[in-house]
Amino acid sequence: MSAIVPVSAAGKTERSGRRLTAYLLLLPGGLWLLLFFVVPIVTLLAASLYDPDGSIEAGFSMTWSWHNYVDALADYARPFGRSLWYALLTTAFCLLLGYPLAYAIAFKAGRWRNVMLALVIAPFFTSFLIRTLSWKLLLSDNGFVVDALKAVHILGSDGRLLATTAAVVTGLTYNFLPFMVLPLYASLEKIDHRLIEAGGDLFAGPFTTFRTVTLPLSMPGVVAGTLLTFIPAAGDYINAQLLGTPKQRMIGNDIQRLFAAGAYPTAAALSVTLMAAIVVLVLFYVRRAGTEELV
Amino acid sequence: MTSDLVLTGISKQFSGHRAVHELDLTVPQGEFFALLGPSGCGKTTTLRMVAGLEEPTAGTIRLGEQDITGLRPYKRPVNTVFQNYALFPHLDIFENVAFGLRRRGIKEVKQKVGEMLDLVELGAYGKRKPGQLSGGQQQRVALARALINRPQVLLLDEPLGALDLKLRRQMQIELKRIQTEVGITFVHVTHDQEEAMTMADTIAVMNAGVIEQLGSPAELYDLPATTFVANFLGQSNLVRATILGQADGSLVVDVHGGKVTVPVPRCRVTEGDVWMGIRPEKVFLAPAGSEEDAGSNVLRSAVVTDVSYIGVSTQYLAKLPWGQELTMFEQNTGARAALKVGDAVDLHWQPSHTFVLDAAQDAHAGVEDIAE
Amino acid sequence: MTRVGRWIGRHLILFIGLLVLLYLFAPIFVVMLMSFNAPTSKLTYTFDGFTWQNWLHPCRPSGLCEAVSVSLRIGLAATVIATALGTLMAFAMVRQRFRGRSATNLFIFLPMASPEIVLGSSLLALFVSSGFGGRLGFWTILIAHVMFCLSFVVVTVKARLTGMDSRLEQAAMDLYANEWQTFWRITFPLVFPGILAAALLSFSLSFDDFIITNLNAGTTVTFPMFVWGSAQRDIPPQINVVGTAMFLLALVFVLGGELARRRRRSTRAR
Repeated sequence: MSAIVPVSAAGKTERSGRRLTAYLLLLPGGLWLLLFFVVPIVTLLAASLYDPDGSIEAGFSMTWSWHNYVDALADYARPFGRSLWYALLTTAFCLLLGYPLAYAIAFKAGRWRNVMLALVIAPFFTSFLIRTLSWKLLLSDNGFVVDALKAVHILGSDGRLLATTAAVVTGLTYNFLPFMVLPLYASLEKIDHRLIEAGGDLFAGPFTTFRTVTLPLSMPGVVAGTLLTFIPAAGDYINAQLLGTPKQRMIGNDIQRLFAAGAYPTAAALSVTLMAAIVVLVLFYVRRAGTEELV
Repeated sequence: MTSDLVLTGISKQFSGHRAVHELDLTVPQGEFFALLGPSGCGKTTTLRMVAGLEEPTAGTIRLGEQDITGLRPYKRPVNTVFQNYALFPHLDIFENVAFGLRRRGIKEVKQKVGEMLDLVELGAYGKRKPGQLSGGQQQRVALARALINRPQVLLLDEPLGALDLKLRRQMQIELKRIQTEVGITFVHVTHDQEEAMTMADTIAVMNAGVIEQLGSPAELYDLPATTFVANFLGQSNLVRATILGQADGSLVVDVHGGKVTVPVPRCRVTEGDVWMGIRPEKVFLAPAGSEEDAGSNVLRSAVVTDVSYIGVSTQYLAKLPWGQELTMFEQNTGARAALKVGDAVDLHWQPSHTFVLDAAQDAHAGVEDIAE
Repeated sequence: MTRVGRWIGRHLILFIGLLVLLYLFAPIFVVMLMSFNAPTSKLTYTFDGFTWQNWLHPCRPSGLCEAVSVSLRIGLAATVIATALGTLMAFAMVRQRFRGRSATNLFIFLPMASPEIVLGSSLLALFVSSGFGGRLGFWTILIAHVMFCLSFVVVTVKARLTGMDSRLEQAAMDLYANEWQTFWRITFPLVFPGILAAALLSFSLSFDDFIITNLNAGTTVTFPMFVWGSAQRDIPPQINVVGTAMFLLALVFVLGGELARRRRRSTRAR
């Protein structure tokens, strides 16, 4: 717990003593993560290769059935792709809506900054299932939102919002917006105002200053926010189930259903594929965006 | 019982670079001692080793009879005033100052803290938090917090660095006064040579982990031991020269053809190639060809190339026949009119102000450069 | 440009920001409204009439209060464990020097960045294959919750800790405080707001979790699971009572903290 090297007669042992302290501090938490995060992932990998004809009662035998992956993807390619697509849409909308909000809080809120942050965080404490149910109400066929949209002819006279892709994406965007706003805010808040002033001083108009100074400096926040939004959105199934129809089914729905039905190998294969897809996309994205400090 | 601070063979090696190299240092009790040097010279590292916040790679530190090298900081009768004050933000001023007393279980905290706050003229600020105080006030709290524990040695790590000029000058006088009043040994680390010379009884000039010279401000200024010290403390003119011989207790030195005498005690080397040094304020610019006083050193045929009026003095640059430009300061007493650019002049000075250094040293050591 | 136009232009960002904030709050208003709902039919989820009954008898739907109690107990336990372990880890990562720091960083970030369905299903796979498939319940849920809360705690406490000047601890030791005293009198009070924030975050993540919990709960029912179940059947308005209560509690907490901070700041001279 000390911040500096303690003085002692034997310098070498003191330094390794410090390292020991570090490992001791890391041990309980690290062990927990190892046991209940790393090992489960490995178990999941193993389960994806079990004999698909097994069951919970009869038990599963490891048969190295790589074809589980082929079968799973063949059957579930559509919801899989749809999940990634919805997640992409969600991330884009979250960025579009979240950036102005984060910017407003960071630069325009003044004394109300902390209050606005509190307002962004507070809804988070209400169960998100309840809030999603509320969207069901808000977007319902005889709700005022649909009525208003019909009045301005955005929706046709027999149009509806619920049970459509739009509803699912709206729900997803809503649920993950704070995950985009908070990292963006943290990044924007760190920007030295004088840099923006320097941009203006060097004859850049407000848009140019934003494009050349603010936006690049907020990239760590953008990267963190998009990751924290895209990844969970890809695996979500609540919004699809409550606000959509089977046509909007996401891969999460299927994984959940298969697990509940006891079809572990298939479900595990889908899970692993989802994880792998995300990892690949993330690596590609992070390398292109070029930031290292995520945490 | 004297509790002199004695460092013997102190070294500190960080991975990759050597901060302090086999330092030997004795700080007599009750003295105001300054560790002076540019950033990166190892002075702060040395200070931290005395405080116990850094562990020496080798060497010992003794305080009087006690070997404190292996002691934890909280076991040493030594306190530190930190560069950024390091006041505890969640405690008020009273508790900050009382902190050390409370840890040692000393009684009558209220009275002692009150006295100390009065000493630094912050008696009414006990209930405030550090964040509510100005820089100068925070600095005084940091001082009070350390002094109240009556340490045997008080360490100050560039405590005046964050203050503006006027305040800094004020605090310099204050610190000196307090030190004289309280009688504790002060070890003051700074990169500001004027500050060191104003406040300290003894200065150790450090460069790249070693002490270049140790002595009183006057000794260091008047007779620098190395080109670094000559350039770091004030300014010096260093001219390439060769020692010709010795006569009557003085060395005769050939300076680009001219002859100059230097008393032997003022020469660090007595033969071969040397740097001849003379401080700018010691040189008198006489009109070219004028008669010199008996025994003066003279360099002839210089041309004034720059005149800068600085209020108190006028600074001249004069170019010598071999191309080197030397600097001269002349106090504006009004005794004579200023010279003009292009005037032909001779340089006159007293031999007893000359000093001679080893030519192997870098003539630019210790000079502050914009390019650096 | 007109004066109004210029005013709008300058405040456009703020305006958009407030709109988005409104968007964030729209469902909350619905939740608060529906908590006073007197439903006429079990089939439709609409506002039929106003009543105080839901607030007066929040536990009428069977299983609701039991579910809330389960969620609260798990939330509390998970918060305590995750905050303790996570704080230790944060200290190690910020204050100690050791090899493998960036690997540990990645290790901590991964659970935060994994989809819940993967986290939940992998845990289920672990429990089943180690023979606990039939004993899913309170403890398996707790294990899962601590697991995903840990990373958030570490990140939150780390942020607070890195902002803390380590020279304060050096100053304390210089002033005769040993390591233990330095920690309790200087380090801990200054890190505490971060630890508190981490605990609050943990609790809300745990209380609100559904996907991971659902996979690993067996027959135990937490509050989100209760809501999910009722969404398939009829939705008792008391659910919204709980939701509103949680929201108001959170608001009080967060705004109260802000008020306290403002009052402290107003006593400063500068």
